[in-house]
Formats: sequence, C-alpha cells, structure tokens
Amino acid sequence: MATAEHTTATSHPKHRRFGGIWSWVFTVDHKRIGILYLVTAIFFFLVGGLEALLVRSQLAFPGGTVVGPDTFNELFTMHATTMVFLSLMPMSVSFFNIVVPLQIGARDVAFPRLNAFSYWVYLFGALLLNSSYLFGGAPNAGWFGYANLTELPFNNATHGIDFWVLGLQVLGVSSMAGAFNFLVTIVNCRAPGMTFMRMPLFTWMTLVTSFLLVFAFPVLTVGLIELMFDRFFGTNFFNPAAGADPILWQHLFWLFGHPEVYILILPAMGIVSDVLPTFSRKPLFGYPVVAYSGVAIGFMAWGVWVHHMFTAGLGPVADAVFSLTTMLIAVPTGIKIFNWIGTIWGGTLNMKTPLYFALGFIAMFTIGGLSGVMLASPPADWLEADTYFVVAHLHYVLFGGTIYGLFAGIYYWFPKVTGRMLDETFGLIHFWLMTIGFNLTFAPMHVLGMDGMPRRIYTYPTGMGWDLWNLVATIGAFTIGASILVFVYNAMSSVRFGKRAGADPWDGRTLEWMIPSPPPDYNFVQIPYVHGREPLWLEKHPETGLGHGHPVPVPIAGGAPELGEYANGGPTADDLGIHLPDPSYYPFIAALGLALTFAGLLIGKAPPPSWMSVVGLLCLFYGVYGWIFEPVTGY
Amino acid sequence: MGFRIRPPKGLAFLLLIIAVLVLFLTGCASNDPQNALTPVGPVGQMEAGLFTTIFWIAVVVFIIVEALLLYTVFRFRRRPGNDGMPAQTHGNTALELTWTIIPVLILVGIAVPTLTTIASASNIPTGPNALKVGVVGHQWWWEFDYPSQGVVTADELHLPVGTKVALTIQSADVIHSFWVPKLGGKMQAIPNQVNQMWLQADEIGTFDGQCYQLCGTSHANMRFKVIVQSQADFDKWMADQKTVPAKPTAAEIAKGYQVFTTGPCVGCHTIEGTDAKAKIGPNLTHFGSRTTIAGAIMENNPQNLAKWLEDPPAVKPGSLMPNYHLTKDQVTALVAYLESLK
Amino acid sequence: MAEASLAGHLEAHEPETTTGLNHRKVLMWIFLGSECLFFGSLISTYLIYRNRSLVGPFPQDTFDIPYTSVSSFVLLMSSLTMVLALAAAHRRNLAQMRLWLLTTALLGTVFIGGQVYEFTSFVNHGLSLSKNLFGTTFFVLTGFHGAHVTVGVIIMLSLVFNSWRGGIKEGETLGIEIAGLYWHFVDVVWIVIFTVVYLLPY
Repeated sequence: MATAEHTTATSHPKHRRFGGIWSWVFTVDHKRIGILYLVTAIFFFLVGGLEALLVRSQLAFPGGTVVGPDTFNELFTMHATTMVFLSLMPMSVSFFNIVVPLQIGARDVAFPRLNAFSYWVYLFGALLLNSSYLFGGAPNAGWFGYANLTELPFNNATHGIDFWVLGLQVLGVSSMAGAFNFLVTIVNCRAPGMTFMRMPLFTWMTLVTSFLLVFAFPVLTVGLIELMFDRFFGTNFFNPAAGADPILWQHLFWLFGHPEVYILILPAMGIVSDVLPTFSRKPLFGYPVVAYSGVAIGFMAWGVWVHHMFTAGLGPVADAVFSLTTMLIAVPTGIKIFNWIGTIWGGTLNMKTPLYFALGFIAMFTIGGLSGVMLASPPADWLEADTYFVVAHLHYVLFGGTIYGLFAGIYYWFPKVTGRMLDETFGLIHFWLMTIGFNLTFAPMHVLGMDGMPRRIYTYPTGMGWDLWNLVATIGAFTIGASILVFVYNAMSSVRFGKRAGADPWDGRTLEWMIPSPPPDYNFVQIPYVHGREPLWLEKHPETGLGHGHPVPVPIAGGAPELGEYANGGPTADDLGIHLPDPSYYPFIAALGLALTFAGLLIGKAPPPSWMSVVGLLCLFYGVYGWIFEPVTGY
Repeated sequence: MGFRIRPPKGLAFLLLIIAVLVLFLTGCASNDPQNALTPVGPVGQMEAGLFTTIFWIAVVVFIIVEALLLYTVFRFRRRPGNDGMPAQTHGNTALELTWTIIPVLILVGIAVPTLTTIASASNIPTGPNALKVGVVGHQWWWEFDYPSQGVVTADELHLPVGTKVALTIQSADVIHSFWVPKLGGKMQAIPNQVNQMWLQADEIGTFDGQCYQLCGTSHANMRFKVIVQSQADFDKWMADQKTVPAKPTAAEIAKGYQVFTTGPCVGCHTIEGTDAKAKIGPNLTHFGSRTTIAGAIMENNPQNLAKWLEDPPAVKPGSLMPNYHLTKDQVTALVAYLESLK
Repeated sequence: MAEASLAGHLEAHEPETTTGLNHRKVLMWIFLGSECLFFGSLISTYLIYRNRSLVGPFPQDTFDIPYTSVSSFVLLMSSLTMVLALAAAHRRNLAQMRLWLLTTALLGTVFIGGQVYEFTSFVNHGLSLSKNLFGTTFFVLTGFHGAHVTVGVIIMLSLVFNSWRGGIKEGETLGIEIAGLYWHFVDVVWIVIFTVVYLLPY
C-alpha cells in the first residue's frame, strides 16, 4: 500500500474490535497471523519429532518390539507428512507473513482476510489429518502414498488413507491461498522505489516459492482427487484390473513433489541470504546471481521429477534425459553456496546464533547437495534408491538445510516479533547439541544405505551389518530431541524474560529493522521511499556508498522518530489517520465450512452428502458471501 | 557470551570430521550380505564403480567447500583487530564464471560414464545363451519362473555362474522392488507393467535380496535368496525341479499328503502331481529343497515350518495365509510331507 | 469477484499498486494460471488412458458429435454475451449489463443442462464412472469442468442480483471484468476438452 491514506468524507462503519482470544481468532494482521502460523508449526514439529523418536526407538535394535509393523508404517507416514505439510511449510509461511510486508515497506499483505483464511484452513486441515489417530488409524502408505497400495483392495482395514487424501486437499487450499496472496503482495504492494532488484533476497525467494506453490499444488490436488474418486466412487484411475497404470500416480505426485522440495528449501535459502550479510556487515555477494539462480531453480524444478522414478523402469532414454536435467539443477544451487561464502569472506563476522545456524545450513546443505548429485546418476541411483542413503540425503537437505535455515530465521527475527532477544548461550547449546545429534543420526545412514538397508522396514534381522549404525542413529535422534527441548525452553522464557531488543539489535540492512520491536499494527509511520538495495544500511552508513552513484541519503521515513521503541506505545493507526483492515470472522467461518465439508466425506461417502458436509457447505457459503459483501474499512 | 573457537580447536574439529569419514568408509564396502559396493557380477560392478567415482569426486568437493567455510569463519570472525567496517564488496564476475563453469565440467565428467552405464545396463541379452527368468512380486513373497524350462518356484532363485540372465519383473498386486545388492541395481515390480533388466553372477555362493518398495504390513519380511551354482549343479537342480513328485506312501508323509490335498491348502497353492493347481500362494512342488521359508525370513527346518503352519500371521504380520487352527497332528504330518518334496 | 460496498469503496479511493493493476485482477490471473495446471493434469490423465479401456462402451460408440457441437457453440456464445455485458458496463448502461449477464448465465445453464442430458444417455448406454478407463477419465474431467461452469453461473447471477440492489455503481467495471476473465477461461478449457476428447479420432 502506498502513500499516507486519507479519510473519506462518507461515514465509515465503526471499526470492528474484538478482545482477548477473539482478537487472535478474527485477526487479519499479517504479524499476528504469522505468529499463529509459527506457534502451530513449532507444535507440529514436536509432534513429527515424537513420531520420529518412536520410529528410531523401534529400529534401535534388530528385532525391535516397540511398535508393530502397521503402527510403524503409520508413524513414518505421519512423521513425513507432518514435517513437510504441517511444520516446515507453515514455518516458512510464518516468515512470509511476518517479514515480507515489512521488507517491502507495506502495511499488510494484499488480501488480509485471505491470509487469515489460509491459516485457519491449515489448522483445521492439520487437525483433520491427525484425528485419523483417533478414528481407526493414521495413513500408512508413506507420505508419497504410492498407488496402488493406497487403493481399497489393499488398504481398507482403516480409513487412514481417506484422512490423508482429504486432509492434504484441505491443506492444499491453505497453501495455494497463501501463495496467491504473497504473489500479489510482492508484485503489487512494494514501497515506491523498490524495484525487484532492490528487494531483500528473502522476499525474492518468497516470490519464487509462491510461483512454485501456485503451479505445483494443482497437480497434487488432481492426483489426490483421482485417488479419492477411486476409493470413494469406484473409478479406475489406478486400478490395474481395468487396465490402469499405477505409475500415473508416481508421475502426478512427483510433478508436484519435486517443485515441493524447492518450495521447502528456497525460503530457508532466502533467510540465509539475509542473515549472512547482516552478520558479516557487508552486502550479499553476487546479489543478482543469487536472485536469478533462485529463479532458475524455480524453472528447472519442473524438469527433473523422474529422478524419483529411476527404478520404475521407464527406460534408458527417460533415465538419461532426467539424469542430465537433474545434474544441471545442481549448478545454480552450487552457485548460491559459493556466493554465500563470498559474502562472509572479508567480513567481520558477528558470531551469534542466527549466524551459526546459517553457517550450519551451508555446511549441512552442501553434504545433502553432494549426495543429491550421487543420486542424479541412474546407475548409482539404482543402488541408492529406497535405501537409507536417500533418507540420509533428504534429511541433510531438509533438516540440515531447511530447518537450520528456519532456526536462523527464528533467532534472527524473534527480537522483531517479540521485542526481546532469545538467550544467546542457550541458543549456542541448542545449535551444538542439534548439530552433533543431527550428524550422529543421519551421517551413518549413508553407510546403512550402501550396506543395503531398505527404507520403511519396521525391523531387520541381526547379521546384516546394520546393528551398530542403527543404534548410533537412535542415540543421535534423542540428542536432537534434547536440543529441541533447550530451544523450547529458551523460546518460552525469552518471550517473557528475554533481554529487551530495540528496533535494530543486529545492525540490520533491510526495512524491517527500521521500525520498533514489536512493530505497531500499521508497521510504518510513513511508507518509506526506497533508494537502493539494503535501504536501511544506506541510511545508517552512507559512507559505505554502495556505489552506483547513490544520491545524498534522504531520511527514509520522513519525520519518523529515532529508531527505537516508543516510550508510551507510540501513536496508533487512528492517530496517524491510517486505515487498517478490520478484523473479520468470515475467513474463520469459511475455513471451518471448508474443513467440515471435506471431513463430512469421511462420515458418508456422497452422494448424498452427509449431514457434516451439508453443514460445512452452508458454513462455507455463509462465510464466503459474508466475506464478499462485508463492508471494508481499511485501505 | 558465546563460544570462541580458536584456530587449533577448529583444526582439531576438521580432523575429527575426517576421522569419522574414514570410519564410515570402512563400513561402506564390506562383506555384509546386502552390501551394494562389493558386487560379484558385471552389472553390479559397473554400477558400484560409477557410484565410487562420483563418491570420491563428492569427497573432494566436500573437503574443499567445508574447509573453505571453516577457514573463512575463523579468519573473519569479529575479534579485537577485526572489528571495523569491512569493504562492501558486491561481487566478482570472474569468480561467478569460474564457479559456474567448473561445476559444469565436473558434472559433464559424471554425465558421460552415467550415460554409457545406462546403455550397458539396458542392453538386455536375448538369444539362446541367456537364461530367462520371470520375477513376480506378491504380498509378501517372490515368485520365480523359468519359462523355458516350465519351472515355477518361490523365494529362492537359482542361477548358473557366469551366465547372462534376462529378467522380466512384474507384480501380482501392488508395487514392489526387486534387488540383489551383490548382483546389480534394483527394479520396481509394477502391476500392468513388465520391466526388464539383466544380471550376471560371477561367483558361486548364496546372495540375499529383499523388497525395496513399501508394499504393506510385511514389507520388511519379503526377502529372498539367490543361489549361484556351477553349471552342472544348476542343471541338476533344474532337473530335480522339473520332476513331478510321486504320491507318497510312507506313513507320516502320506498322512500329510492327505491333510494337504483335502484341506484349504489347495485353494491357494500348487503342487505338481496333485490336484492343487492354484496360483495365489507360492508354488510348493519342491518346497523341501528350499533353504528358507515364509519370504526367506526363516531357515527351512521342521521346527520353523511347524511354527509357520500353526499361526502364519503371528510369524509374518498381515500374512494373507490365515491361521487355519490346525491340530498338532495335522501340523506334524504336513511338515513331514512338505519337507519330503525335494 | 468484488461486489457491493467493497467494489464501490475500492474505486472511490483505489489504492496505488506497484504495477498499476488492481490486486483482484492480478489474483484472478494467478488463479487461472493454477487452473491451467489443474485442468492440464486431468486432461493429461485422459490422454494417457486414451484407447486403453479393456471393455466398452468406447468413445467412438458413445459420442454424438453434432449434439456436443451445438452445446459447445452455446458455451462459446456465452463468452460473446459476457463481452457484451462488460461493454455495457463500460457504457454505464447497467440495465443492459444485467441483461447480458443474465443471458450469459442462461447460456451457461443450457450448456450444463445439455451435459446432464448427454451424460444421462451415456449412463443409459452402460457407461459409468467405474465401468472402464473411458468412463472414469471422461466423467471426472467433464464433471469438474461442469462444476466450474456452474460456479460461473452462480457468479453471474450474484452480479445481477447485486447490481439490481444498487451494489454496482455506474462506471464500475472491475467486478464484471474479473468475472469475465474466469468465464472466458472456463470456455477456453472447454474448447480444449472438446477438441481433445471428442474431436480427435479414436
């Protein structure tokens, strides 16, 4: 949103206000929605972690009896589904929410109510999926749910797959709504003077990720719809008896699935690209190259999906072509790593927790990337696929990569969100304990894989040579668990008792550090005019010049007070004549309606729709129509 | 607060990582039954060879990148003497080109042997000297057919040493994946699809395999054995497999024959020479000659067989062969009969 | 889909956007982009399973091309009436706009009605969702398309109703334009489906 708003002469409806918990339920403020996302995502991180610890407990010794095979299959399915869809993606979205509008100098996202809707749909979808544990059993066919193991003849002892199919479709709506929102926001709500090439890298990666989400999720949705129709309405999409190809599912899933892994990694890469310059006191090395390599990855992500299917027998030509495209995508990825090293080279590194996690990202992601190159060659992949080698690879990139990047973001932006610093000592304990535990858990899995241990087996006999490394991995997993406890303790105590942070505790370079911590609901007193990349750094350190004939620095927030907290809470939006969108309950109602409509399919497979689906549809229509016709008092 | 790592400690850190690496490497190529890096046939050898090449290239890149990272952190960390405003370098085009071109060249170096190996591995031998084997994955056991000889068996694949084997891989129910790590790469068994691969075993011995694609409750229990024999031994085995067992006369064995042929067994199993011709479960014609049972999860001996017959799902969770609540006598008789089928 | 006070409010003091394009218009374009992948996946599924049904009824025995051509023409004409509705809105003739919007909705309904009749006759000839691959892929693809048309009809009727209540001011064209984008897209998808499913020889 652009310049200072004005009040219209016509009467406005009174501002809607809600108190207490309702102010959270009906909020449309991106910062609050971001906090909701973050807290929920961290909760599900613990849930997924618990599932992992149960898996590792069962595998600690050969012939383990902690859980039986069916429960084991549910556990690893839910571990992955939870981590990917209920934790890592929403955590990235929490940062899109909190940070992107601040970084581009906006007051909120383009569609605040759609934003709220996205969160509630996520929460309800997550609850729907996890309720499967209570209603007969969780999904048990892996997070990738290959047909035709997921078809009724082979999977109808419980309704787990039905919960999976419906839950993921609901979650898909949330992801897509969010992606639409951030795309329009980044394209259309940038402060004056902020061209694309002046955007912070985190915003850049959010843009690319949003494009990937918009185009990848429909493909998954179609796959899920086809599976749902097979299970609910007797269609034949994956029914070999009718002449169908179960491999169609693999294609649809991985056409989604590969862009999905870039959806998972790019935001974390964006965080690292913002953290490294701040903590090195110099700009990102090769900014255009890093930005464009992200875009390149976004395009190339669509051309590699078959590398998940090298053992499916598609033939030498398909294998060869996709091997080459997969190797090619390693190039822009590697370029980023070198540019990051170039960023810290020659800097004065402020060795604080965010930087540790960003450096850890580079170190661990490099390993994951290298094992990825090893997977890119089909003959080598024929030895590695479906073994623990792939488990090692995926965890090095998703944990050592994404999660480390997200933790860097948490430690980096926690002061901005809460106004307090996370404790540095506990932060480093968290980092080292996690790094030791993580490597203890997943490094041996490379060996286990090449020693022939398959994935997704609930037990193994002794004498295979797998005993020692499985035990080591389990010990490592519990070490990770301990480090998470340290983090949770740190977060909970710092929110209340942490050292107070000013607006700019890290000597930041981008716009979010210009406003108080926590920010007022209107973000900026006056929308800044942006003169260059890293506008805040330009203002604070004009002597660094940053070349390109920059003009004499103009105060970027005309008339704004000194950087720091307001003594007595500062002016409100009304004081400043700024219109902010009112909270609204329609997104919540519409989200509830959507979830009920899908959940209702579990009670009675339509037609006719069950009572729950009917209620859900009515709720949805009420929510949507209310939303459309709601008097808008903001912007 | 915060840690300060002085250079000597950092070096020790790096050395520790390398020591761990070396420890791993000893575990990598070993004599473990399903180790993929010590294959005994040409297909496995070219695949493992390619893996090893790429692995060492990756190790070199790893050492360079991680060392560079660690060095950079130690050298440029903030400390008295390195506290000021650093030069605000934007980038360097020459460097960008260098670290784009060098990875591309490395990848080309990996791509070329990749393509040639794909070609070799896809070159399925035809012709009379290649042994044709049909592999069919079932929940949770492996069917092995020798179409040219008209032999059907389960969970135990016999191969003559030094002979090219052309395999077709299919599935009767869901997707499985067939792999004998000592012989060559894996291939999925997909319903409605016939996948092809070739293998060759150059050493006599017994090699382990199992299913590598999640296929349900007992995915972990879907193993098999590959027994590589001299041509003479293989021919003898094949001849034995082709013989039809005679109707038994010895007391206990005949009793078992009775139990089998009048019981539910005939609904799922085939034994040549009887009226049992069903193809739902494994072919049991020469059951007694096999070294393992129940998806190669147990050694084939009377005690294990009795345990299986008493309660299959207890041995193999989810087993499609239910518990028929056989009496002890029935079990003993069946064991005698089945073990007699050599 | 901006209506009522929202649309009025927006255009009274339209916030500046970086590209100059209205947020909702950009949103609709992006949404339609995602819909391309959605229908693309369904159409791809149809194409992959083309000529692979093990049992009949088969497409060549089932389709009535002249009949479907007529209903396709009806849908095509509804895009024309949509354009006329927008033109009327530009010309500030709200009554005409409503007339053309109603006509669009009517033509869309005729299309859906035609499909209902067509599918009923297919079912009576033995084709069903579960019969074979043709039934599965055909009904799911065209069913989802029909659902999109139905949503479009509801949108048209909502616009008419809203305009009737005075919710659309003279000169406001954004809502009509955005609805038009959606409608034209649904029409284009039908052209692809009609060509690929009905017209390509089996």
